[in-house]
Amino acid sequence: MDAILFYVSAAVAVASAVVVIAQKSPITSAFALIVTLCSLSVIFGLLGSPFIAVLQVIVYAGAIMVLFLFVLMLLNVKREEDAPGRGGRTLRGVALALVTLFVLQAGAVLVGAPAGSAPRFDASTRRMAEILFSPHFLYVFEATSVLILAALVGAVVLAKKEL
Amino acid sequence: MSPSPVVQQLVIAAVKIGVVVGVLLGLFSVMTWIERRALAFMQYRLGPNRTGPLGILQPIADGIKLFFKEEVMPAAANKWAFLAAPVVAVSTALLAVAVLPYGPPFTLPRLDSLPSGLKWLWPEWLRGRTGQIQIAHVDVGLLFIFAIAALGVYGIVLAGWSANNKYALLGGLRSSAQMFSYELALGLSFVGVIMLAGSFQIADIVDAQAGWFWRWNAFVQLPAFLVYFVAATAEVARIPFDLPEGESEIVAGFHTEYSSMRFALLQMAEYINMITVAVLATNLFLGGWHSGIPGLPSQGLPGFVWWGGKVSALLFVFIWLRGTLPRFRYDQLMHIGWKVLIPVAAVWILITATEVAIAGR
Repeated sequence: MDAILFYVSAAVAVASAVVVIAQKSPITSAFALIVTLCSLSVIFGLLGSPFIAVLQVIVYAGAIMVLFLFVLMLLNVKREEDAPGRGGRTLRGVALALVTLFVLQAGAVLVGAPAGSAPRFDASTRRMAEILFSPHFLYVFEATSVLILAALVGAVVLAKKEL
Repeated sequence: MSPSPVVQQLVIAAVKIGVVVGVLLGLFSVMTWIERRALAFMQYRLGPNRTGPLGILQPIADGIKLFFKEEVMPAAANKWAFLAAPVVAVSTALLAVAVLPYGPPFTLPRLDSLPSGLKWLWPEWLRGRTGQIQIAHVDVGLLFIFAIAALGVYGIVLAGWSANNKYALLGGLRSSAQMFSYELALGLSFVGVIMLAGSFQIADIVDAQAGWFWRWNAFVQLPAFLVYFVAATAEVARIPFDLPEGESEIVAGFHTEYSSMRFALLQMAEYINMITVAVLATNLFLGGWHSGIPGLPSQGLPGFVWWGGKVSALLFVFIWLRGTLPRFRYDQLMHIGWKVLIPVAAVWILITATEVAIAGR
């Protein structure tokens, strides 16, 4: 049952990810990205972390993509314009993807990660909170939120000519 | 000889889904009638009263009419998106329904006095079994509803965009802006409730409110309840937050180009979302199936009565609001969402967190 769900959602994730970059209409790309994010969330759920799965949908598919769509619809971008030399770029992109795949596989072999399923990891909400608020990650976590706040203030300053 | 546990689980799940979806669809059609009648009385009219006694058959007449209406699709519409939009809207609305508990846990009767010829109707494995009308027990139930509600907006946005009509597009635009503005306030309003109960499971949150009614979160967490109610009304785009439809400004907003059954599906999604919001408010803030007075029973049948009464009262409040309040202006909408609800909810979280930390729960 888990295996079927995994393969279905993985296939949907990859297929919709291809649609994201292959489509010329930006709104179609955005909707395909939403499908990708939702199928990734199913995979997180299968890995035993409903909390991360749900957060993935709330934050990415729910909040960020709505904002993307809002901007795309506001600007009413009909079609992406062809940039010069598109063919060459596609080739380079595919080459880069293959190299990345090779490096990742080589890394897994060198580190000696065993083939097959990953070890079970307790990723319940309580455990996630304990990890996130442990002395190990607490300062990094808080620093990230300050960084996001700084980015927010920066965006407002840049966007507003007069405050 | 009883079937294997897996089969038993499947049968029970199927029955639960059938009951919940059946009751919801029934409630949806009754709600359309109650809403029209109640609104009419508030506006010194009579409302639909010709079809059957008091007009109660009006929803059936409407359903038949919608089935036989012509389906129109604009020639320049994005075909697959136009067809998919109502499906997305209804399926997200029905998904959110799956993790809500409906009424208290109960035990099935043993029915030992059943004549032996009818025993097969009530097999041994069902007798005395305890359960609750809740389709899926998810650990993060509350967050799951929140996530699905966040996806629900795409039905409306897709409907508005795909029709290739400027009024529909404006409706879709308004909808997406409104949703992500109020989602934040909605999410923050849950936090205090979750901290007090120490669980994301809705049934745990309900049980944390047992006892006298002043222990309900609506009183303990009054600011959170008010923020929840306003934000939830905005999330389901009911008057006074129905800017995505805004019929006096943008024709009919996102469903301008929809007709026949697809229009009915969009309406259905809206009503189911409204019922979800009312059920959630009952469970999180109004003590769910608890009577609020120790001594009065809250389990079994009385629990269902308490619970149903609270949900119906909330649904009536939605209709009442529609009959009472005018629509907000767009800048007022943004002002309330960002400058009132979110700060209030954030400060309230701080207060609740301090309280929980001091109490050492």
